[in-house]
Amino acid sequence: MIGLFKRDLALAVRAGGGFGLGLAFFLIVTVLVPFGVGPNTGILSTIAPGILWLGALLACLLSLDRVFQLDWEDGSLDLLATSPLPLENVAAIKALAHWVTTGLPLVVAAPILGVLLNLPGPGYGWLMASLALGTPALSAIGTFGAALTVGLKRGGLLLSLLVLPLYVPTLIFGALVVTRGAAGLDATTPLALLAGITLATIATLPFAAAAALRVNLR
Amino acid sequence: MHMTVTDLACARGSLQVLAGVSFPLSPGQALILRGPNGSGKTTLLRTLAGLTPPLSGKIVAEPDAIAYAGHADGLKAQLSVAENLRFWAGIFGGSGIDDAVSAFDLAELLDRPAGELSAGQKRRLSLARLLVTGRAIWCLDEPTVSLDASNVARFAAAVGAHLAGGGSAIIATHIDLGLPQADILDISPFVAKSLPVSDPFSDEAFA
Repeated sequence: MIGLFKRDLALAVRAGGGFGLGLAFFLIVTVLVPFGVGPNTGILSTIAPGILWLGALLACLLSLDRVFQLDWEDGSLDLLATSPLPLENVAAIKALAHWVTTGLPLVVAAPILGVLLNLPGPGYGWLMASLALGTPALSAIGTFGAALTVGLKRGGLLLSLLVLPLYVPTLIFGALVVTRGAAGLDATTPLALLAGITLATIATLPFAAAAALRVNLR
Repeated sequence: MHMTVTDLACARGSLQVLAGVSFPLSPGQALILRGPNGSGKTTLLRTLAGLTPPLSGKIVAEPDAIAYAGHADGLKAQLSVAENLRFWAGIFGGSGIDDAVSAFDLAELLDRPAGELSAGQKRRLSLARLLVTGRAIWCLDEPTVSLDASNVARFAAAVGAHLAGGGSAIIATHIDLGLPQADILDISPFVAKSLPVSDPFSDEAFA
């Protein structure tokens, strides 16, 4: 299991890997928004929580089709399915590797980009906490979507359409945490709900992803 | 390790491809699958490997006994030859990679990225993976594609050593590997008349 995790990390950071793709997209979105909306700091402060969370969500979505597709194309997925490693573990490891290469850099970069959007001071801690607790759900849900669409040519569109509705609760509670936090209000309730969504997806979706993979490998 | 296949029916997608396939496989035996293109050799091997559930019939073998090698090499272009082999050795909990490296003469290529290998070298690396799995029954689909004559001989020697060690192999190939213990199974008599498989889900959906 650790071997698969290490291999996925190594593949992500080497040439042609997806590391940095999501981060660069997140950067582009948040840097461009002030140009589009205008330099009114009041408006930017109001929309900052939503923009930051939306940017993070779309950045996660961007690299999802790589989760299983590359392994499927070169035959590794067949070999993994016949290995002693259960497909449930494969799916869980893939989700973890996706989070470490995509979600974790977003958590670290978000406060810096928050400055660009004039996020109010009390919001930074909540921003990092909400992204740290919320992005694992994005990876878990996305891995399930990737398992459903593995093997489809140009499956990226279908993957986005399948996954986006499932991302909505995470987006709502994640952005709500930052909005309330930035306004100086207590945000522990939406944060707890966000953590609940994440725990539920981590506990259930690797099994769903493995079932989808078994069907798609036939 | 024994394996018994009884009255097996296999499907590819929604089409039944084979029906009534039965054979025993004993330790030290190699079974060569023959049949024209599209007759279902790959489907049979994928079913035996557990990737596709059989429509009916039984496959009796010890769990985790089968190592599968398909048309695709299953290599990561960005990883070196040694990293590719070590990864699979780790996944299968096998021993070191030295035997596999020497059996397929990969020592000089160990530090090269797999993406820079020729097709034949990639195939050798892919076959070397079988040795690090430590599995007893090899299910091989056209293993000699893009191998030259001397490497086919090297592969035949590796299969021979595997059989001598009590393993067994089911190989879909059209060339003569010169294995003394090989039996030939022609699958053309088992080819089903491409009957559509009844699928309760799609039947319900399109009723």
